[in-house]
Amino acid sequence: MSENGALPHRGRVLTVDTMNPNVKKVDYAVRGPIVQRALQIEKELKEGVKKPFEEVIKANIGDAHAMGQRPITFFRQVMALCSYPQLLDDNKFPEDAKNRARRILQSCGGNSIGAYTTSQGIDCVRHDVAKYIQRRDGGIPSDPDNIYLTTGASDGIVTILKLLTTGEGRTRTGVMISIPQYPLYSASIAELGAVQVNYYLNEEKCWSLDISELQRSLQAAREHCNPRVLCIINPGNPTGQVQSRQCIEDVIRFAAKENLFLMADEVYQDNVYAEGCEFHSFKKVLFEMGPEYSRKIELVSFHSTSKCYMGECGFRGGYMEVINMDQEVKAQLSKLVSVRLCPPVPGQALMDLVVNCPQPGEPSYQTFMKERTAVLSALAEKAKLTEEILNTVPGISCNPVQGAMYSFPRITLPQRAINEAKAKGQAPDMFYCMKLLEDTGICLVPGSGFGQRDGTYHFRMTILPPTDKLKIMLHKLKEFHQTFTQQFA
Amino acid sequence: MSFLREISPLVKNTFLSERDVLSICAAQIAAEIQQDERKNYNEVLDLSSGDLHRGGIKSITFVRQVLAACFYPALLEDDSLPLDVKQRADGLLRQCDGGSVGSYTDSCGIVKIKQCVSKFITRRDGGVPSSPDNIFITSGSQMLMLKLLVQSGGSCRTGVLIPVPTYATFTQALEDQGAAIIPYHLCEEQGWTLQVEELRRALHAGRRTCNPVALYICNPGNPTGIIQSRKSIEEVIRFAAEERLFLLADEVYQSCVYGEDTEFESYKKVLSEMGSTIASTVELASFNSASKGFMGECGLRGGYVELVNLDPAVKEYTRTLFSTRSSPPVGGQIALDLMTDPPKPGDPSFLTFSEVEVFGEIPGISCQPLKAGFFVFPCLHLPLRAIKWAKKKQMEPDMLYCLHLLEETGLHVRPGCEFGQRKDSYHFRFDTMEDALQRLKTFHKQFMKEFS
Repeated sequence: MSENGALPHRGRVLTVDTMNPNVKKVDYAVRGPIVQRALQIEKELKEGVKKPFEEVIKANIGDAHAMGQRPITFFRQVMALCSYPQLLDDNKFPEDAKNRARRILQSCGGNSIGAYTTSQGIDCVRHDVAKYIQRRDGGIPSDPDNIYLTTGASDGIVTILKLLTTGEGRTRTGVMISIPQYPLYSASIAELGAVQVNYYLNEEKCWSLDISELQRSLQAAREHCNPRVLCIINPGNPTGQVQSRQCIEDVIRFAAKENLFLMADEVYQDNVYAEGCEFHSFKKVLFEMGPEYSRKIELVSFHSTSKCYMGECGFRGGYMEVINMDQEVKAQLSKLVSVRLCPPVPGQALMDLVVNCPQPGEPSYQTFMKERTAVLSALAEKAKLTEEILNTVPGISCNPVQGAMYSFPRITLPQRAINEAKAKGQAPDMFYCMKLLEDTGICLVPGSGFGQRDGTYHFRMTILPPTDKLKIMLHKLKEFHQTFTQQFA
Repeated sequence: MSFLREISPLVKNTFLSERDVLSICAAQIAAEIQQDERKNYNEVLDLSSGDLHRGGIKSITFVRQVLAACFYPALLEDDSLPLDVKQRADGLLRQCDGGSVGSYTDSCGIVKIKQCVSKFITRRDGGVPSSPDNIFITSGSQMLMLKLLVQSGGSCRTGVLIPVPTYATFTQALEDQGAAIIPYHLCEEQGWTLQVEELRRALHAGRRTCNPVALYICNPGNPTGIIQSRKSIEEVIRFAAEERLFLLADEVYQSCVYGEDTEFESYKKVLSEMGSTIASTVELASFNSASKGFMGECGLRGGYVELVNLDPAVKEYTRTLFSTRSSPPVGGQIALDLMTDPPKPGDPSFLTFSEVEVFGEIPGISCQPLKAGFFVFPCLHLPLRAIKWAKKKQMEPDMLYCLHLLEETGLHVRPGCEFGQRKDSYHFRFDTMEDALQRLKTFHKQFMKEFS
């Protein structure tokens, strides 16, 4: 290779032209420009600038504690005991909390959460995770060796995508992801230079997944890349749909037929509200379909401490279970995770508590169950409330929020608004959401950040604010929509 | 279906560390000790990574009390906790959405903590200003920075100059991103110093096969334990300016400095004092972490990078990239706050040792004096028989030495072959704890005798 071409003698080494081009393609709407504007407005409010509202309501991000949800007492007690073991002598802490803390500390180097752990994660935690999965899945065995603790589920998802992204041009890895999707997937695919392969969920049928649509998408993708991975989010984000057991079986059959690696994002597995809906883990269904499938399908499923009833986003706790991965590939995966040394130990400890929560008969059981039930039933109530109120608004149509933490209603926008948005170079639903923010202080994420069928517009709104605030928010939204529709008639 | 041929080639090239023979052996011995199998020592002393807690050092009470109170705010009502702990915890909780450490934070880190960090930097550098806007809190690794710099596709691989010896994880991270590694050798005979001529040689060699864009320095050095002189730092900066290289300054051991004549000067400080042209153009990323220093809180995963002279447009992309990682772990952020704003007065920010001639009297080991960091990188002068024996076992001679050391004494240290060294030279990375030194001395005499 010849000597590198001469670089200009002035100017920086790292510019938008010389930086990794993949990073430029990365977008993450959940924390994108609308959120930055929301933060600015908050600052202005603090400085006394007059606005038509008194506070910004951040219904853009799935952060339960930020919206006032209380942490589970037991979990935080154990975390305190792990951080400052002197508290083990304090009789204000229940015995079951102390036992959990002792167990975790014993598996840490120097009995301290400040020591690095092995990169796959603390042994006893992985054992507990495996036991939890086994209980959850009606006895189907889980091997701790297939469990990897992660820094939140996102870390695990990006790691697996990285492992699987290879090839060039027509053989470049294609990753099938639902539209709409959680934009971590599109961002990671862009960052890794993989090919995003969209399959559309069916809005008319409550965002269900049609195999015929998977087939269409796959066939089209094969023209220009090598689709090898199929990502499913169940319960869904942003759509909230909970897949039926039949659907999961169909997806597994499809993956078997088409030789696809399955990634099942199941972080909302406890967030199921609608009657007739139930969470079915991909692993359970897979194994109940018999050895023809259970010995063959390669599957990774993801869980986290950030959602469900815990809402512990800041701790960055999570795990992935790896099924039927080739042993040598698994060795490569282990190498890959070792580069970042280890996941944060507080997150690992918290993950342990989630899978090893208080049992009947233990001192903390009653309080724990009370708190857990309160959180989940409040969410169920808010899910219903959201659907009901939004459906009373002409021009807004909201599918039932079967699970997860969001509503993703469809909004009808007047043509004038669409034109004005386009003239500004803005997606029409971004235009709508920006105006909503400026007029009401409500921060949502436009549907364009998640993907949607051409010519349709949506927004994603969390159901997390406390019920009273949520009601007020929904009514303000209703008013805004009516005003907006008139204004651009 | 075998995916092996079909996984990312970048992953296949990085090398295994934890599953290696030494680590497996250490785990086995630890298990045997648990089952009371007789050994002439009663624990494995794990010095394989810069992990103080694993090596037996206790955590700092103040840090752990604040952490506990942040995790479980009911403790704020507790009489057992001192007032300054409660005040600090309360202050931190007010920075968290919903008053809970369970919330996501700003993706680049809690603003107040970044302000703390930039004030720390300004104090450290004798007044050189630092903006919180240029501070990015991470979960401890340099990976995100590397992602920005390294182009994984394209006709010409991005090259990064790295010192030999260097610690393996960083090399792995580079290979992981698809960067080309351009080694430059530190000069052992002159106390592991960095010679600019060697940098120049390496760079020119590198330019023949890749596109070198960055120069990585570790100061204080890992595994070498040296501190760069101011003159050397200036030379490196000038070199980077002339050759247009992005400087990656890994300064995580900056608060572990020993000896009366040694002083840590940050790359940023020196840069700021080199005239306005260089000071305003040389791009620098400086890394620090809560894993090292006086707190040693590796498991919490808290670190930061300060970006100097970064292109504003690139900075925006950096923010977006960080946003996809949600937010840095909250325990790590708290650790950084406490590290950069420790209680005053009288908290030991520095370990005060005097300069140590560690291996003065052991024939067969020679070692540069320990100036900083946790480690020394002594040179083994192995007898020929030992070298031949190792080669027969298809093992690196220093790996063989470390295995024997582990078996005989319970000391788990890492061999020089993992860090890079000149051909036919052998080293090991060692932590100078008293107990460890004793065990080593006894073992080494026997080993040399056995293989003479």
